[in-house]
Amino acid sequence: MPIKVLVAKPGLDGHDRGAKIVARALRDAGMEVVYTGLHQTPEMIVNAAIQEDVDVVGVSILSGAHMTIFPKIMTMLAEREVDDIAVVGGGVIQEADIPKLKEIGVREIFNAEASTQDLIDGIERIVAQTGRDRSRREAAGTAGAGQAASR
Amino acid sequence: MIAHRVHRDLARAISAVENGVTDYRGALARFTALGSASNGTTARKRADVIGITGPPGAGKSTLVDRLIEGVRAAGETVAVIAVDPSSPFTHGAVLGDRVRMQRHAGDPGVFIRSMASRSAGGGLAPATRDAVRLADEAGFDVVIVETVGVGQVELEIVAVADVIVVVTVPALGDGVQAIKAGLTEIADIFVVNMADRPGANASATDLKHMVREGKRDIPVLQTIAQDGTGVPELLAALNKKRDGDDSNAVRAVRFEIVRRARDEAVRGALAALDTPDAAAVLDRLRDHELTRNDAIDALQHIFGGTAHAH
Repeated sequence: MPIKVLVAKPGLDGHDRGAKIVARALRDAGMEVVYTGLHQTPEMIVNAAIQEDVDVVGVSILSGAHMTIFPKIMTMLAEREVDDIAVVGGGVIQEADIPKLKEIGVREIFNAEASTQDLIDGIERIVAQTGRDRSRREAAGTAGAGQAASR
Repeated sequence: MIAHRVHRDLARAISAVENGVTDYRGALARFTALGSASNGTTARKRADVIGITGPPGAGKSTLVDRLIEGVRAAGETVAVIAVDPSSPFTHGAVLGDRVRMQRHAGDPGVFIRSMASRSAGGGLAPATRDAVRLADEAGFDVVIVETVGVGQVELEIVAVADVIVVVTVPALGDGVQAIKAGLTEIADIFVVNMADRPGANASATDLKHMVREGKRDIPVLQTIAQDGTGVPELLAALNKKRDGDDSNAVRAVRFEIVRRARDEAVRGALAALDTPDAAAVLDRLRDHELTRNDAIDALQHIFGGTAHAH
């Protein structure tokens, strides 16, 4: 199954060229990429991640607001009892903040030096680790499905 | 109103059918938040399914955004299934329809799901039909299905939608030609979007002339989705069609039955080509003992034989 990724662009900064390049690179790596456009609130990002049932949410932040936006996203995902969607970040994020973000559950930060290939490899690794191969995850719970289908 | 829990279960159920993990019934059994809307003693009205189709760049997503607004204003809940094409080379896809629908992102009465076409050819994804049924079970009043940008032959939406809106734009001379050739037979409503552009009246007139030649009553409307002009008229036309008789259901069932029969026939032919008899014919073809036409006749005979054997 293709890996499904949400590329989200929160906050007030109006630059999404990077996010669009990322979206294309992930597509060319065979992923299904949902792109949401600019000026997303954490609530919009979380709702989109849930409705699209993505494997990974990639949040691009250039404005320096990462220490407010990531905690909000992680809290809202927890409130909605979502524990199987990985969150990663990219953009301009200070080294010193990376451990703090990982502490609240952000899986990986891809800084400006990261290549698109680093990003592809990172996402594939995270999905493999999470075991959130969507087919396998659902297969574990479909014991009753065959029964229902044969009714 | 639709609970958050239902959004989550609907989303996961769609993934399960999309990835071939389970079928529609299996998904319903597994995601119990679905179907709760129809578990009551009173029969629930089924969702009305609106199909939005037309050439790429005609403004389908922006129009869907306006329709969401109108449907919500009337107090109904709405699920949107928006299909974008998969790359036939990498199987990847960029799904961008949500960009135009962001205003509704926080509204629990609105569920938006993007689907990659996964190289299915008919303008929809293989799981779109099941996704629509699941959204219905989740209790949404209206389901809007937006196809990939289509030309003349992607008519799969017929099997899914109750009402089909074909969207085009002015100055797409060839676009109108394409619509004439292919989408004419499935349109319940024509929309010339971007009606502030030169040529809008000419395109609309063109379509009206064509519609007049047919038997069905097909409104031709003009909209500017960007600012909402003409959208109230479109909503009124949609409501009229939704309240009308269900003749499209007959068309949908016919379409689906023919499609399944065709799929079955293809499977049968592929199986027949795998038999020793067919292999022998193909060997003789390779060895210049048969012409292509002879080989086709011989294989046709074999297929006929296997068909009778069933």
